[in-house]
Amino acid sequence: MTTPAINVVDVGFGYRRELVVHGVSFTVRDGGFVGIIGPNGSGKSTLLNLLCGVLAPRSGRVELAGRDVAAMSRLEVGRLVAVVPQETHLAFPYTVLELVLFGRTPHLSGFAFEQDSDLDIARAALQRTGTAHLERRPVTELSGGERQRVVVARALAQQPRILLLDEPSAFLDIRHEVEMYDLLRELQEGGMAIVSVLHDLNLAALYCEHVVLLSNGGVYRQGSPREVMTYENLTAVYETEIYVAMNDITNTLNVLPLDGRSRRALAAAVPQRRSTPRET
Amino acid sequence: MVIGALSVLLVATVVACAAVGPVRIDFARALSLRESDGVDALILFRTRLPRVLLGVAVGAGLSVAGGVLQALLRNPLAEPHILGVSGGAAFGGVLTLFAASSLPLPSSILTPLGSFAGALAAMLLVYRLGTVYGKLQPYTFLLAGVVCNAFTGALIMAVNAMADLFQTHGILFWLMGSLATSSYGLVASSFGYVLLSGWLLSRHARALNALSLGEDSAAQLGVDVGAVRKMCFVVSSLLVGAAVAVSGMIGFVGLIVPHVTRLLFGPDHRLLLPASALVGGIFLVAADTAARSLSASSEVPVGVVTALCGGPFFVYLLRRQGARDFA
Repeated sequence: MTTPAINVVDVGFGYRRELVVHGVSFTVRDGGFVGIIGPNGSGKSTLLNLLCGVLAPRSGRVELAGRDVAAMSRLEVGRLVAVVPQETHLAFPYTVLELVLFGRTPHLSGFAFEQDSDLDIARAALQRTGTAHLERRPVTELSGGERQRVVVARALAQQPRILLLDEPSAFLDIRHEVEMYDLLRELQEGGMAIVSVLHDLNLAALYCEHVVLLSNGGVYRQGSPREVMTYENLTAVYETEIYVAMNDITNTLNVLPLDGRSRRALAAAVPQRRSTPRET
Repeated sequence: MVIGALSVLLVATVVACAAVGPVRIDFARALSLRESDGVDALILFRTRLPRVLLGVAVGAGLSVAGGVLQALLRNPLAEPHILGVSGGAAFGGVLTLFAASSLPLPSSILTPLGSFAGALAAMLLVYRLGTVYGKLQPYTFLLAGVVCNAFTGALIMAVNAMADLFQTHGILFWLMGSLATSSYGLVASSFGYVLLSGWLLSRHARALNALSLGEDSAAQLGVDVGAVRKMCFVVSSLLVGAAVAVSGMIGFVGLIVPHVTRLLFGPDHRLLLPASALVGGIFLVAADTAARSLSASSEVPVGVVTALCGGPFFVYLLRRQGARDFA
């Protein structure tokens, strides 16, 4: 058994007394795609910051490619892991190419300017994300969708073994959302280890091979989407009635919330809540 | 290439501004009679040239410090004055002038030390107030700076109120700021100081670029954010302290120059910092030349000229940024 790209062992973290994350363990293999899901405030983003060593765990440990992240320098982590945040606000109007070249930062030293090879890598990343035509535009003038693809290109220019994403499609429309996750799947198939925080449960079901369902900072369940994303689990964790069904075309789960009217109608028609229909 | 062109422009500015003044001097005669006691040579080499050169050093120092602070705070409105660093330096200097008679060393040595100490103390205070859980909060930081600035302003007034008339005159004269000097030793040490600090800060230019993505993203790109931040804050505060020590409070240079340079040459700090230094030198020398030529009878303090240019410019920046935020 080779060392996994990421190995999270019983990790806990808190800013003050109370723990924001506790007892979380999971592994991600090279070429694995793990989704982290859970309601607001369940510790998803904190967990992602623990994975890339920006936060140091109070208990347990995070291993990247077999090494404890606490013992690695920022530079070493930067060469191994790239992170795509939910949103990127640039303080100054850098061009798209300049931003993507920032991805080369961990591979350069000192005052150094980028070499031709760095430029090639950056341009390839732009190609890959379909943003090559934007190269000279200031990032501050791009639309949300364009900007997020450019940020993914920056992450690719980092040539990471591990890619972490924090709700990367939160501000994208449905088409750009799917395009982004299709690209991530391509990268996954190329051997990259991918961990993404997802708000959209349907996307999690569609793309992830393993999901970690967080609740109040702990792991409620983890496993394949079909094992984890059941009516019982989701309804318990999100504290609202959630309808789960199979999609014939994708052969994955579809997840929909029920509105208040439907919830009341359902409760009236079926006295025992456990028998709420769950189609498979 | 940009740096080369700016350097040429800087030299041209130095020569042109050395030529301007109440007395017309004949360059040919001044140069041919070098170091002789001809009036032209005396005015050129004893009065104008050191003053112009000091202007270059101070302008460059303030501009680089401003550019670095703007990068660290990810805010184009950041500036040594607004962050209270200049105020701290001024208060430190004023304190040494006030207590000069009871101190063992002459104020020519103590005043710069007081400015350094004041600048550092102000920056440490603002830094402590503006960082939470090891993360810099730009708005809190700016606000803490504004408060610090007002506070040191009040302290300076208080010291002034306690001082006698003779001291008050000295303090006011020092605060208003002037680049007038005839000491090449001062010019040389200022240049050495600015070059050293500039070199130290430029080494982090790439880290400053990454920081404009935010501190977390910079850390994820392998930047040791804490170390870079501390080092840059300390060096730029000392740079401001030095500038205040030799020339008093000269406002707005650190705000306007990096901003204009960014508009002209883009935000890459590897180019921006050296270019800001050159543009800053040009700007301050030009402003100082205007200050000493505007009125025939007396000199306008150079800080007045830079502030008269800077005030409206600041408002313009604020409007522009506001328009973008609410767009």
